[in-house]
Amino acid sequence: MRVTLKLYASLSDHLPDEAKRTNEWPMEVADGTTVGDLIDRHQLPKRLVHLVLVNGHYIPPASREAHPLVENDVLAIWPPVAGG
Amino acid sequence: MAWTRKILRVNLTDRTCTSEPLNMEWAHDYLGQRGLATKYLASEIDPKVDPLSPDNKIIWATGPLTGTMASTGGRYSVVTKGPLTGAIACSNSGGYFGAELKFAGWDMVIIEGRASSPVYLSIENDKVELRDASHLWGKTVWETEGQIKSEHQDPQIRVSCIGRTGENGVLYAAIVNDLHRAAGRSGVGAVAGSKNLKAIAVRGTLGVGNIANPKEFMKVTFEKKKILKENAVTGQGLPTYGTQVLMNVINEIGAMPTRNHKDVQFEGARKISAEAMHEPRESDGKAQLINNQACFGCTIACGRISKIDATHYTVVNSPKYWGASGGLEYEAAWALGCANGVDDLDALQYATMLCNEDGFDPISFGATIGAVMELYEMGVLTKEEIGIEAPFGSAKALTYLTEITARGEGFGKIIGLGSKRLCEKYGHPELSMSVKGQEFPAYDARAVQGMGLTYATSNRGACHLRSYTISSEVLGIPVKTDPLTTEGKPALVKAFQDATAVVDSTGLCVFTTFAWALSDIQPQLQAACEGDWSMEKLDLMGERIWNMERQFNNAAGFTRKDDDLPARLKTEAAKVGPAKGLVSGIDKMIPEYYDLRGWDTEGRPTAETVARLGL
Ligand code: SF4
Repeated sequence: MRVTLKLYASLSDHLPDEAKRTNEWPMEVADGTTVGDLIDRHQLPKRLVHLVLVNGHYIPPASREAHPLVENDVLAIWPPVAGG
Repeated sequence: MAWTRKILRVNLTDRTCTSEPLNMEWAHDYLGQRGLATKYLASEIDPKVDPLSPDNKIIWATGPLTGTMASTGGRYSVVTKGPLTGAIACSNSGGYFGAELKFAGWDMVIIEGRASSPVYLSIENDKVELRDASHLWGKTVWETEGQIKSEHQDPQIRVSCIGRTGENGVLYAAIVNDLHRAAGRSGVGAVAGSKNLKAIAVRGTLGVGNIANPKEFMKVTFEKKKILKENAVTGQGLPTYGTQVLMNVINEIGAMPTRNHKDVQFEGARKISAEAMHEPRESDGKAQLINNQACFGCTIACGRISKIDATHYTVVNSPKYWGASGGLEYEAAWALGCANGVDDLDALQYATMLCNEDGFDPISFGATIGAVMELYEMGVLTKEEIGIEAPFGSAKALTYLTEITARGEGFGKIIGLGSKRLCEKYGHPELSMSVKGQEFPAYDARAVQGMGLTYATSNRGACHLRSYTISSEVLGIPVKTDPLTTEGKPALVKAFQDATAVVDSTGLCVFTTFAWALSDIQPQLQAACEGDWSMEKLDLMGERIWNMERQFNNAAGFTRKDDDLPARLKTEAAKVGPAKGLVSGIDKMIPEYYDLRGWDTEGRPTAETVARLGL
């Protein structure tokens, strides 16, 4: 299935060059892939995986490992950030 | 130096400057800056006064920690009755001016009356005088600051002043110090302008003193700075990406007010985000952002210093804009960009520079342009009336309208009235996205329910800084709550409002609270200020300040009906994103909020509440 991984702020360093100007990284993954699987596969440093959203909905830390992605899901991840 | 215990009172009508002792009894109940200045204002003016009349007063106020070695201890506030809203106005600025005022030996400057011709106030420690400013009238903020420094032959003078918009009565004119730090909201600059007061220029060499327990203060401020450094948000996120990092976050959760709140996501958000400011431009291969910058004593340094693309259409013939200048903050980028559907990053940088140069609030200005563009698309406003075709998304319209507002020309005069008066004038009051006449900032109340209550009940009109529940509802600081539900939000908003009222009265920056709790600020106050500064006292003080502001507004004529959101947010559901199908649940939250506050059903503090808070 097709999903999109979006990485922002300092996590942008983990994007391939072609995705750096959009922060969007579309990819094919196996059915049943979870949020935790994608985080592990791309070796995203745990301390930088802070705000995790699937289609804009917050996924709490305890559910990330098991949260299954479905076709066309957008997984967006930020390190700890804030503004105002 | 905790308090200097001295107030400078300046009567512009009589042209007198007098020193008086700070009311220390009030200082123990209202601390400083926002709380204490509001106490003075509320005690000295009739809340019904015309904000632009000589009977209004305007106060520049520091807090007890301003000018000290506490991190971010450089803040000051400008407190007055605001012309945009008719409510209490309190705008907070960083930079270096606040600390300098303290170094000159003053906690506060209270300005009364109206000068018969333009003046500026010059303060050099105890040497205080009103000086002629006829030659500065008509000058921008940037010109004024430069000229005052050169006249005094002192580059270290700090200047807090108005630009042309403050002189022209733009109802959201700001007061700007250090070129691009601003007491930005609610039109405090228009009040200074109405008094013919162009600037306060200050040089202070008295240093710091009066710290109750200096050894303990050094120890505790050092410990607390360590917390800011080690916290991922205040130690890395804010210095590297600034507030603009929120652009993609807020868009992703579908809480991005777009095109005058018609939409909740902006397709161009990525192009105007922090990430875009960091990357090389296609035109010249350089990134717009060149550095971060700190206010006085700040160990976070969230400020942005940017350089516009010199070949951009806005500046190609204006070299004065090519150098490094204050860069885009999230609120400005949102208001100038998303609110109007404009995704040209350099056009936004140009507009934000003009807001700094001539001292006007980019939030209220940008949001007013959103209303203009909607009225244009409806055919209510025409190209002839506006002076340019102004559909949503037009960068050219945005930058042209910024220029004419800065200069006070043509249709710019009407834009300067703000969206409420502008929309009323053209027969569509419902299109003003504002509360109490002040425009919304950058979070949609349908997708972040607590922010709807924050806006509706903010004492200075729609504002995010009175209770930034985004911390909790979106970012999970200190705990994550669900942005889509109204449940628990009245208590959350009240807690944020009361705590922020204290922070705004200390002299510290509210951004410290991404890492510090009030209990981290408390020991710093306790070491600096004599007397008891327990958490219980601070909690009660926050509530007291909030209720005092509320009483001022009630006496000015505000009622329950003013604690409301525009119909669009209550009837037109979010079209996409997590909040799809949702409207704001404001009507549900208000009664519970009033109850928690100890107010009657009309939003007035009950006699019991007033007595409990010692008001
Ligand atoms: S955190 Fe930012 S706004 Fe606050 S004092 Fe520091 S630089 Fe200024």
